[in-house]
Amino acid sequence: MTADAKSLPRLGYRGGLLTGDIAGRVLIALLLAAAVAVPAANLLAPEGSLLHLSSYTVTLLGKYLCYALLALSVDLIWGYCGILSLGHGAFFALGGYAMGMYLMRQIGTRGVYGDPVLPDFMVFLNWDRLPWYWYGFDQFPVALVAIVLVPAVVAFVFGWLAFRSRVTGVYLSIMSQALTYALMLAFFRNEMGFGGNNGLTDFKDILGFDIQADTTRAALFAASALALAGGYAICRFIVSSKLGRVVTAVRDAEARVRTVGYRVDHYKVWLFTVSAMLAGVAGALYVPQVGIINPGEFSPLNSIEIVVWVAVGGRGTLIGAVVGALAVNYGKTVFTGVWPEGWLFALGALFVVVTVFLPRGIVGLLRRRRGEEAA
Amino acid sequence: MSPMLRTALVIGLSLALSAAAVAADFATLLQGLDTRNFREKMTVTEQIAGSGHPRAAAVLTALSAGDLYVDDASGRVVIRHDDGPVTDAATGEPVASHGGLDRVIANILMRRRIEGALSRLRLNAPAPQMRLKAVRGLFGDLDENTVALLRERRDAEDDPRVAAALAVGLALYDLREGSRGERMAAIDELGGNLAPEARNALRQAAADGALPGPVREAAASALARTQTWVSFYDRVEQIFFGLSLGSVLLLAAVGLAITFGVMGVINMAHGELIMLGAYTTFVLQQLMPGHIGLALVLSVPAAFLVAGAFGVVIERGVIRHLYGRPLETLLATFGISLILQQLVRTVFSPLNRSVSAPEWLSGSVVLNPVLSLTVNRLVIIAFALAVFTLLVLVLNRTSLGLKVRAVSQNRAMARAVGVRSDWVDAATFGLGAGVAGIAGVALSQLTNVGPNMGQSYIIDSFLVVVFGGAGNLLGTLVGAMTLGVLNKFLEPATGAVLAKILVLVFIILFIQKRPKGLFPQRGRAAEA
Amino acid sequence: MTVLAEVLRRDRVFDFVLPEPDFAGGLDTRHGPILYVEDVTVAFDGFRALDRLSLYVDDGELRCIIGPNGAGKTTMMDVLTGRTRPDSGSVWFGSRIDLRRASETAIARGGIGRKFQTPTVFEHHSVMENLELAMAADKRVWPTLFAHMDSADRDRLAEVLALIGLASLERQPAGALSHGQKQWLEIGMLLMQNPRVLLVDEPVAGMTHQEMEQTGELLQRLAGRHSVIVVEHDMAFVRSIARQVTVLHQGSVLAEGTMDEVQNDPRVVEVYLGE
Repeated sequence: MTADAKSLPRLGYRGGLLTGDIAGRVLIALLLAAAVAVPAANLLAPEGSLLHLSSYTVTLLGKYLCYALLALSVDLIWGYCGILSLGHGAFFALGGYAMGMYLMRQIGTRGVYGDPVLPDFMVFLNWDRLPWYWYGFDQFPVALVAIVLVPAVVAFVFGWLAFRSRVTGVYLSIMSQALTYALMLAFFRNEMGFGGNNGLTDFKDILGFDIQADTTRAALFAASALALAGGYAICRFIVSSKLGRVVTAVRDAEARVRTVGYRVDHYKVWLFTVSAMLAGVAGALYVPQVGIINPGEFSPLNSIEIVVWVAVGGRGTLIGAVVGALAVNYGKTVFTGVWPEGWLFALGALFVVVTVFLPRGIVGLLRRRRGEEAA
Repeated sequence: MSPMLRTALVIGLSLALSAAAVAADFATLLQGLDTRNFREKMTVTEQIAGSGHPRAAAVLTALSAGDLYVDDASGRVVIRHDDGPVTDAATGEPVASHGGLDRVIANILMRRRIEGALSRLRLNAPAPQMRLKAVRGLFGDLDENTVALLRERRDAEDDPRVAAALAVGLALYDLREGSRGERMAAIDELGGNLAPEARNALRQAAADGALPGPVREAAASALARTQTWVSFYDRVEQIFFGLSLGSVLLLAAVGLAITFGVMGVINMAHGELIMLGAYTTFVLQQLMPGHIGLALVLSVPAAFLVAGAFGVVIERGVIRHLYGRPLETLLATFGISLILQQLVRTVFSPLNRSVSAPEWLSGSVVLNPVLSLTVNRLVIIAFALAVFTLLVLVLNRTSLGLKVRAVSQNRAMARAVGVRSDWVDAATFGLGAGVAGIAGVALSQLTNVGPNMGQSYIIDSFLVVVFGGAGNLLGTLVGAMTLGVLNKFLEPATGAVLAKILVLVFIILFIQKRPKGLFPQRGRAAEA
Repeated sequence: MTVLAEVLRRDRVFDFVLPEPDFAGGLDTRHGPILYVEDVTVAFDGFRALDRLSLYVDDGELRCIIGPNGAGKTTMMDVLTGRTRPDSGSVWFGSRIDLRRASETAIARGGIGRKFQTPTVFEHHSVMENLELAMAADKRVWPTLFAHMDSADRDRLAEVLALIGLASLERQPAGALSHGQKQWLEIGMLLMQNPRVLLVDEPVAGMTHQEMEQTGELLQRLAGRHSVIVVEHDMAFVRSIARQVTVLHQGSVLAEGTMDEVQNDPRVVEVYLGE
């Protein structure tokens, strides 16, 4: 049995990034189209016409896209590496706070107290100068760096501590939940200098554009769509690389990967950090669209909701995370409009039903229908 | 009329009659006060003080305060404070008064005698508790007369606590009025005494420029000695608070130690099972108004059954399908927790409900002037330990416990030797859930009962189990108590929130060193 | 108290601060043996899985290790691969590298490969991907992210595929292989790491007779280029491949020699037949 080396499929060879990923191509095409079409339908189509989208709808869709990016970041570690983080909302919120700090500094003298430097809540707390960690946040590039760096550093430290001592499975899940819980408690404190209970809000403009203006909102939507497309491409690149095969092997048989010679903890920390950066970007795009960031974003419930989006869509598929985030959040919008108290019943039932009856989620179900059992 | 009732009536009547006879003698004595002659009044006053009659103190107090009158119409001696009701001086029972009242006037000499007599009366009261109170009452105005009384009593006193209080009283006086030698002796006596009067007296003496230097120094060092004790008792109090917090954690976590530690099932709805227990208490109290204490006692088994039943339903309905898939179990049970929360919100209200505490749970045990332990915390500690002990016994001594341990160690083997593993799973989970319900009963006495109460305990409970080492009940006990005490020691320095965060960081670092907790399961199987 | 003592042990606090031995310095086998196991004791809760075990394996040797259940065979492998730390004694790889201080990963990278008792291949990955993952390469994170195979790598992969007889199944998910095929895939994964020492735990358990024969041939072909240590229960199989046999009993070496010598050793006979 002498195999001709040339007949071997070319492992590690990269054709197009999306070779063979039909769903991914469709997704990216749709996102690029939406990045143009949705702002156009909002800004150009006359009000009352069938094609018109209200600004409310644009913002809502933009919010969904941020959630989808967040779900993607969770799928990357949970679906591919088996790390169930119940604290990913923390990285989302940290990115959001970094953006919020920039937006706060842009308010300038237009705040209630009219202080040129200090945000209103600091004046209210009788602080006489800016805490050191607020320095530089009046510069957009600094904020931009912080948006990815702060979640990355927190994730790196947490991951380094957790993974190198082989905290895995439910232990890791609980620790990550404790992490976001601790951050929530910390951010509720006024002394932290992030606006305490109320968080950061009353933003005026971003990069000089009025944050309430339709054009700004449309631009933010387009940015979210592009970010999601980019996030998807990055995730796809990672999971189809040899590194992607290593982390899936870690998911299936961690001890074995170690005996083959990989530093499993390094891989986990790396993937966890990248995932946290994606979540941070999602949070940063989310905050200017909803106009507020407060410690409630750190609540453990938020983080675990993300997990259910991924579970509903189908984990370990990337596309499933996007589908799940959009589907569940659309359902939430509809549900809370019709029967507000019912939402938690529905969400709870969703957890149970998906885990017990639909472990592969919507995408898994569709694939099985098509007889294309995913390997 | 039943015979028994009749007998009771007869006995009651005769008791009343004999009491009336004594009262009549005392009443006759009191009539002697109805005179204008102060010398006669004085004689009567002394007879009253010496009579040993239970009403003597009340009558003398009234006489001294000018509240004693003679009723014009009946000639009876009565008591009336300000415009309050008129009562018979001899019996203390209310009487109707139709005519005018004549005040029985006491002159300054009589008053002084009365004061002395009253103090002596109280100091010689039969109950040591009363005597102690009387002695402490005198700490405020020590003069020659009262000190004489104290000395007199000291010779007769046989109760050690009263004797100690007497010594303090005398020392207080000596420190103020005594010779240098007496002062030094008094300082020695007062050092280390925790009574506020003793500490104040020493503080004054240490700062009093009129006193000779050595005396002041002695007072200062005695005060320092007291201060050491005060901070010692502060520390004891902190430990007590820590242990009581630890007990709460223990109660919340011990059910989890069974479901998570022994069965390996992660149950995120654990907090909501605690909440169900608390609501069971609330409902029982609503059903039995007026029997708060009884309702509380009954809620212990009731909450066990309610939460246990929910637990069995959860296990049979959901968890059973997810064995061997811990992350899915986590998610599904989290969904259940959301449903249970919303259920409570819909059925009861989104608002907190208050569960009342029975009287025997309020109040505190005063150990000394700086340390008192509240009864409800003491009861919680005892209750938590009792529940824990019971669980250990159930797991180690009963056949259920044997089966549980067998299934948790080797499911296939246990099944092969005829253990019905699915039945054991349901029973174990029900047990863990039931204990969570019991924890809810205890928590209802400490915090608000609301739909979110479970959430605040779930993370703490998991940390306790992880810290103590999964699968080890003793680890849960030690873990809960350690975290409780650690929390309470950090709190004064850092504030409650930061203390919580620091404890979290501590656990994360601890897990670095010992990933399997304080008491890990050892051996090859545990490392695989 | 023991907990406190454990926490206060200064030599063990945060063991990542201890330097790992340097595998890059090269393996020194000039004195003959490639593995030195001396006086090693491992106890679990008082039970001595290894009891002052001493063992030397030469470079390129094919060594079979036999012994009744609980003799300490698997624990010995755990010690060699850094999974279990010995309570006392020393373990050297060549005469320069102290394995007691090396991490599991460093040992695997440094040239000691292990095949487990129950085959653990990556079931969701294809046969080829399994081999690719095991291949000796820069296994740090960033290089792995951008890794691609050059033609030498592909030749090597094809060669091993042919050696283990799975070339026609290269795209199959490993989970779909038969038990024997999984064992070969595992051996193939070991070979992809270019190890100096191969630890092979019960390679023929559950195999058909024919598969057993093929496995025997494979192992004999490997000796020489690699040192191979085989732990096996099946005496017929051991007899068919063995040159040098070591008998373990109750955590230490009972006898050592050729199969014939060992089989005629009265102590061995007693352990296997007597009692």
